[in-house]
Amino acid sequence: MNAPLRRVGVVVLVLFALLFVNLNWVQAYKADEYRNSDYNGRVQIAEYERERGVIEAGRTALASSKPTDGELKYIREYPAGEAYAHVVGYNPVNLAATGIEKSEDEFLAGTSDALVADRISDLWTGEKTPGGSVLLSLSKRAQETAFKEMSNNRVGVDKGAAVALDPRTGAVQALVSMPSFDPNPLADHDTDAAEAAYDKLESDPGKPLINRALSETYPPGSTFKVIDAAAALESGYTQQTQIPAGSVYRAPTSGTDIRNAAASICPESQVSLKEALTESCNTGFAKLAVALGADKIKEEARKFGFGQTDLTCGRLNGEGLPVAPSETGDIKNPDGGDDPAALAQSGIGQNNVRMTPMQGALIAAAVANDGKQMRPYLVQKLLGPDRTTSHYTATPKELNGAVVSGQVARDLQEMMVSVVENGTGRNAQINNVVVGGKTGTAQSSADREDHGWFIGFAIKDGKPVSAVAVFLQEAGSGGSAEAARIGGQIMRAVVTDAGGS
Amino acid sequence: MSSQAGPVNTPAATGELPRVRDVQTRRNAELALLGFAMALVAAYSATIQLTMFDTITGNFWVPAAVLSVLFLGLHLVVRYAAPYADPALIPAVALLNGIGVGFLRRLDLAEAPAAERLNYPIFAGTGGRQLAWTLISVVLAAVVLMIVKDHRAISRYAYTLGLGGIVLVLIPALLPRSLSEINGAKLWIKFGSFSIQPGEFAKLALLAFFAYYLVRKREVLSLASRRVLGVDFPRGRDLGPVLAVWAVSLLVLIFEKDLGTSLLYFGMFVVTLYIATERVSWLIIGLLLFFGGAYSAYLLGASVGGPFANFYDRAQIWLDPFSDPYLRGYQLVQSLLGLGSGGLFGAGPGGGQPTKIPEVHNDFIFAGLGEEIGLFGLSALLIIYLLIVQRGLRAGLAVRDSFGKLLAGGLAFTLALQVFVIVGGISRLIPLTGQTTPFLSAGGSSLMANWMLIAVVLRVSDAARRPVDASVSARPSGSSASAPAQLHGAPTEVIKP
Repeated sequence: MNAPLRRVGVVVLVLFALLFVNLNWVQAYKADEYRNSDYNGRVQIAEYERERGVIEAGRTALASSKPTDGELKYIREYPAGEAYAHVVGYNPVNLAATGIEKSEDEFLAGTSDALVADRISDLWTGEKTPGGSVLLSLSKRAQETAFKEMSNNRVGVDKGAAVALDPRTGAVQALVSMPSFDPNPLADHDTDAAEAAYDKLESDPGKPLINRALSETYPPGSTFKVIDAAAALESGYTQQTQIPAGSVYRAPTSGTDIRNAAASICPESQVSLKEALTESCNTGFAKLAVALGADKIKEEARKFGFGQTDLTCGRLNGEGLPVAPSETGDIKNPDGGDDPAALAQSGIGQNNVRMTPMQGALIAAAVANDGKQMRPYLVQKLLGPDRTTSHYTATPKELNGAVVSGQVARDLQEMMVSVVENGTGRNAQINNVVVGGKTGTAQSSADREDHGWFIGFAIKDGKPVSAVAVFLQEAGSGGSAEAARIGGQIMRAVVTDAGGS
Repeated sequence: MSSQAGPVNTPAATGELPRVRDVQTRRNAELALLGFAMALVAAYSATIQLTMFDTITGNFWVPAAVLSVLFLGLHLVVRYAAPYADPALIPAVALLNGIGVGFLRRLDLAEAPAAERLNYPIFAGTGGRQLAWTLISVVLAAVVLMIVKDHRAISRYAYTLGLGGIVLVLIPALLPRSLSEINGAKLWIKFGSFSIQPGEFAKLALLAFFAYYLVRKREVLSLASRRVLGVDFPRGRDLGPVLAVWAVSLLVLIFEKDLGTSLLYFGMFVVTLYIATERVSWLIIGLLLFFGGAYSAYLLGASVGGPFANFYDRAQIWLDPFSDPYLRGYQLVQSLLGLGSGGLFGAGPGGGQPTKIPEVHNDFIFAGLGEEIGLFGLSALLIIYLLIVQRGLRAGLAVRDSFGKLLAGGLAFTLALQVFVIVGGISRLIPLTGQTTPFLSAGGSSLMANWMLIAVVLRVSDAARRPVDASVSARPSGSSASAPAQLHGAPTEVIKP
C-alpha cells in the first residue's frame, strides 16, 4: 500500500500548490485591484489616519477634514453643501466615492506617487502629513449664481443642469445639476446612517445623485440648429443665403408635419440663414438639413464633439468625471437608405439626437473661441501639503482641434448675437457685454412637457469670457426663455467675478 | 536529541532480520520545537499589542504561557504513552493552535470598546473560550493516547464507529432548521447558545470504519476487475459500497447544504479505497461521480431549485462574487478584498481590519489572518499544514499493518482535504463551503476532533517508529485475548494481478 500512499502525498502537494498559486493570484496579482476596490472599506479606514486634503474654489474650502475623537481620526465635511455637490462629490466611509473626491482621491489622501517625498519624510518625523489640496477652476460667484438661479427658476422646474466654460481655456466656471443634495450625511462615520442617507437619495424620484450636466443626454431641440448652420456655412452658404422656409414642412415620402413655434415665424417661402437662426425657424432648418444630407450633419456634429465616448472633465490628462457621449443617431432607414423624415427631425434636434448640457456648452465655447474647442477641465492646480509646492497646473489643451474655420466661427457668432439681440434669446442680454446664443425647446415625450435649453457665450472687449449651456428639464412653455435668462445671469457673474478665471 | 532511550536491537534478541538502525525517541527535539513554537506565539501576541496599543502590556505572554503549560503536559503524556511518536506533529499543531488563539483574542480586542482593550481579561471573549477549548482538546488527545495503546484496537469497534459516524452525519440533516442551520449550512446541533458540529467527529469515526472495511475487502476490490482502455475497472457488484457512500455524500450536499462536507466525506472514502486497492480506476470513478453529482445538483438548482437552490447560489457567488457585492457575495468579496489588502507582507499583526469580514472567527479566519500576515505568512501556515499532513502520510508509510496505513494515510489526507476545501473556498479557488480551518477556527467541535485526529496519528507514528522488541514489550498485557485479530496485524501484502 506504500505506492498509493506516496502518490496521495503527491496529490496533497498538488492541492497545496493550487492553494499557493491561487493565493499568489489574489494577494499579489489582484492585490492592487482588491485594495482599491470600491467595495473595500479597509483602505479608507487607513486613509482616515491622515488628514485628507482640501478641495477648494476661489479660496473657499468645499471639502475639508476635521479631527475627531473616534476610531476614524478625521471626518470629511462639505461646508458649501448642495451648491457644489455634483462637482466635489463625496467620500464616504463604506460607500463608493464620486466627483473630484473620487477622481483626485490619491492626491487628496496623500497616497499618490507625486507625494512620495512627503510620505518618506513621515518616516523620520513619525507624523502623518496631510494629503494635498485640489484647487478647482470654478468661479465662486458663477457657481453660486448658477445654483441660486437654477434653484429659484421662474418656471418652477426642479430638474436641470447648467455648465459654464471659459472658451479660451476650457476651464469649467460653473457646473450645477438639479436637484442637488447635501453630501455631509453621506460622509457620516456611522456607516448605517450614511447608508440610510444614501438609500434615501437613491430612491428619491428626482434622482438627485445623478449629474445631469455630464452623465445624462437629452434632445437638444433648436440649439442643434447651430450645428446645421455651421454645416451650411462650411458648404458655401453665407449668413445672407436665402434658404427655403414656410409655415409647414413635410419631408418627402413620410413623416409628420414640421411647424414653427408660432405662426409669425418664417411663414415666407424664403428667409436668410441668419434670419432663420434668429427666429428659430423650424421649417427652414428641417429643409436645410435635408438639403445638406445626413452625412454632412453627422460629420458636423462629430466635429463639435458628438460621439466622443471617452471625454472626462477633471484633470487634463484624462482623469476626472466621465462625460456621457452625445449622439446624433444613424439618421438612416433600417435598410441603410436615406430617411428624409428622420433627417428633418434630426435637423431641429429631435429624433434620436441627444446631448449633454456639457456638450451644449462645448458647442457655444467653440463658436466663441473662433472655432477652437478647448478640452474642459475642473482641476486648476494641485498643491502639496505645504500649500506652496505645485504638483500640477492645468495647461489648456485643444479638444477637437479647429472645429470650424475662424471665418465660419465669426459668422456663427454674428448670427448667435442676433439671436440674443433680436430673436428668441433676448433674456440673456448683459450690459456692456456682447452676448450670443441659441435657445431650444425640445419635445421629451408625448405626455411630458418640453425641455428648455439655452447655449450661449459672452464676449467682453473682443475676448470670449464665458460659454454656457442651461437645461431645464420638462420646463414647458417659457422654458427656453428662462434658460436664456439664467445663462445670462451666470455669464454676468463670470464677468463681475474678477478672480474667477 | 541526546536521548538514547531506544534500545539497540540485535538479531539475536528479536530473531528477525538484523536492524542496525539506532532508533531514537526524539522527544527532546519535540520539546525544543514546542518551545520555539510557543515563543513565536508569544511574539505574535506582543506584535499585536504593539500595533494596536503602541505599547506592550505586562500580560501579553499569558495566553502563550497557558498554552505552553497545556502542550508541555501533552508532551509529558507522549513521553510516557507514545515515546516513539513523530516529534514534529505536536509543535506544528501547537503553533497553529496558538496563532488561532492569538488571532481570536486580537479580534476580541478590535470588537471591545476602546477603553476596555488594554485590560481585556485573558479568558474573556472568543479568544478566552478558544483557550478553554484547547485545554479540553489537549486533555482529550492525552486521554486518547493513554486509552488507545495500540491503534489496531480501534478496528475492533469499527462497525460501532461506522454506525455512530453515519448517525452523527445525519442528525443535522434530520433536525429542523431552527436546531441545525447556521449561515445557510445545516451542519450543527444547537442547544441554546451552545452548538456542536457532529460532522467533525463523524469524520474520525467513518474513517476508522472505512479503514477496517477496506482492509477486509481490498483483495476482492483490487483483484476482480475488467480492463478497459488500459485501466482496471471494478466489477459492477463491487461498486455497491462506493455508490452508497456517494449517495450519502450527495444527500449531505443537498440536505445539509454543504458542498465542503460532502466533498470531504467522499474524498476521504475514495482515497482510502485507492490506498487499499492501489487501483487508479477508483479515483477516476470517484472523481467522475463527485463532479457529475455536483454538476447535476448545480443544473437542478438552476432549473428546479428547492433543496438544490443553496448549492446553485453558492456556485453562482463563486463564479462572480462581485455581481452582488453587498448581499449574497458579501462574505466572499470581503474575504478577497481582505486578502488583497494584505498583499505580500500583510498589514502586520493587529494592523488590519479583519472584522470587516463576516464570520472571520470561523470559516474566514484564514482570510482575516491573510490580511495581517500577508502572502508570506499564509504560505508559512500552509507549509505547517503540509508538514503535518506529510508527517501523517509518513507514519502510514512506515507502520507495518494495513489498518494503520489506511488509518494514518486517510486521516492525513482528510486534514489536507479540509484545509484545501476551506482555504480554496475563501480564496475563490472553489465554491465556498462552511468548513472550519483546522486548529485555527474558533469552536470546540473542530478543535477537539482535530486534536483527536492528531492523537491517533501520533499513536500510529509511535507504532511505526517503535523498534519491534520495544513494541512487544509495550503491549498492554501481552495476553492473546487482547492481541489484535490476525487480519489487522498482517504485514502489507503486495498484490499484483
